[in-house]
Amino acid sequence: MSQQNKPLAAPPKTLFQKIKLALYVIFFILLYAWCFSGIELDTSKIKESLPVAGRIISDIFDVEWSFIPEDEGVIDNMFMTIAIALLGTTIAATLAIPFGFLAATNMSKKNRWISSVGKRILNVIRTLPELIVAIIFIVAVGPGPFAGVLAIGFHSIGMIGKLYSEAIENMDESPMEAMNACGANRIQTLWFSVLPQVLPEFMSYALYKFEINVRAASVLGMVGAGGIGTPLLFALIGHDWNRVGAILIGIILVVMAIDTISGAIRKRLV
Amino acid sequence: MSQAQKKIKPPSKLKYTIAFLILAALYVVSWRGVKGDIGELIDGLPNIGDMMAQLWPPDFNYFIEILDPMLETIQMAILGTTFGALLSIPMILLASSNIFGRKVVLITRAILNVTRTIPELLFAGIFVAIVGLGPFAGIMALTLFSFGIITKMTYESVETIDPGPLEAMTAVGANKLQYIGFAVVPQALPAFVAYVFYTFEVCVRASAILGLVGAGGIGLVLNTALAMYQYTHVASIILFTLIIVILIDTISTRIREKLI
Repeated sequence: MSQQNKPLAAPPKTLFQKIKLALYVIFFILLYAWCFSGIELDTSKIKESLPVAGRIISDIFDVEWSFIPEDEGVIDNMFMTIAIALLGTTIAATLAIPFGFLAATNMSKKNRWISSVGKRILNVIRTLPELIVAIIFIVAVGPGPFAGVLAIGFHSIGMIGKLYSEAIENMDESPMEAMNACGANRIQTLWFSVLPQVLPEFMSYALYKFEINVRAASVLGMVGAGGIGTPLLFALIGHDWNRVGAILIGIILVVMAIDTISGAIRKRLV
Repeated sequence: MSQAQKKIKPPSKLKYTIAFLILAALYVVSWRGVKGDIGELIDGLPNIGDMMAQLWPPDFNYFIEILDPMLETIQMAILGTTFGALLSIPMILLASSNIFGRKVVLITRAILNVTRTIPELLFAGIFVAIVGLGPFAGIMALTLFSFGIITKMTYESVETIDPGPLEAMTAVGANKLQYIGFAVVPQALPAFVAYVFYTFEVCVRASAILGLVGAGGIGLVLNTALAMYQYTHVASIILFTLIIVILIDTISTRIREKLI
């Protein structure tokens, strides 16, 4: 009994573990030393910047209300932003379906390489930030909201496709087997046993990505791809903080409203 | 039996018809609003090919030239994520309903939700005005950005930890600090570290574009190249960013897989 009362000590670390730990510590110290060496930090500048920060923040709160209903103002541009996100997400949600099936491991059991190729493709699509994709599409179709739609539509395939493939991997496979057993062909199997199961989840994921895309679309204008980002960039460059405040209110309200609505719909879907 | 079958009516399709009509109307309005034109896309796609074709033969001198801003991008991402992670620790605890009371949790989450709606580029633009052009503004923007992501993801996993140790700590009369230190932290730490690495991946991407508003990194070079219509340089920067992001994603994902 008395032996059991002894506090349990962790087993002593072996030499190998100690060396490994030390190497990790050294690695992180060097890593952070390298990071800080690249960044010049001028402490006198920080003191100078504090009153500037105070003035900017108070200016942001002193909202330029007249810019909100103005022609080409916050309301107009927020509608454009939502339109870009809506169209882009829809394009991606549709194009992602074949990619989702391609990347799902249970859709190609005999040839495992197919799904790993599919997953690899989706990863690469996701890699580039939306803004850079937008720049690429501006080269194709010129500046404007259409380039933004295409950028969102392309970039979102990556994440939506990945979520789709996970939904397909998690579904119940017995209806599929039943269809197979009664001699259905592949298309019939997909249509009657796979789609009915995964469709609610697909829609839920597309809505979730739509929420994210509204945020993304609000900065696309900064590279000339339409929406609220364009007036935002001009206001930032011109240090027109009252206008930044008005735009900020627009973004915060719209994003929160869309999150709430879309979240409520998603709860009912799945 | 036949009577019972008769009673079952197919569910009304009215709801779906209305939803469909609203959606269709939204699409028409949106498509007109953004001035969508498939023909323009088909005509313009070769332009992308032309831009990418200019990458061959690759101009290695230019890659060396943009190596420094690329490294700066990574430094910004590392520091931003680190500061964001440190800031997030108290907020995670305050936002978890199994640690603090309803009121505290609701207020904390409201603050978090507002922080997360603000785009990182806007933060960057404001910080550039405050501390001047350069990576320091970028680090501050990434700090707030990663803070929002890490807090949100971690408090959700803190709320699903095993309540057993929590009850045990309460039963032996532990104070709040002991409660957190011995029952919450050991359970939540692996998830927290994994989320920090995930956020780091997101931050590298974000960091690459912060330069568009003057907050340092490769985006600054990209902005200059765009303004001067040097599309060969634009293509090189995009390719380089792609390589670096894939590299960092691969390493970071390996580490995350080991953690959980």
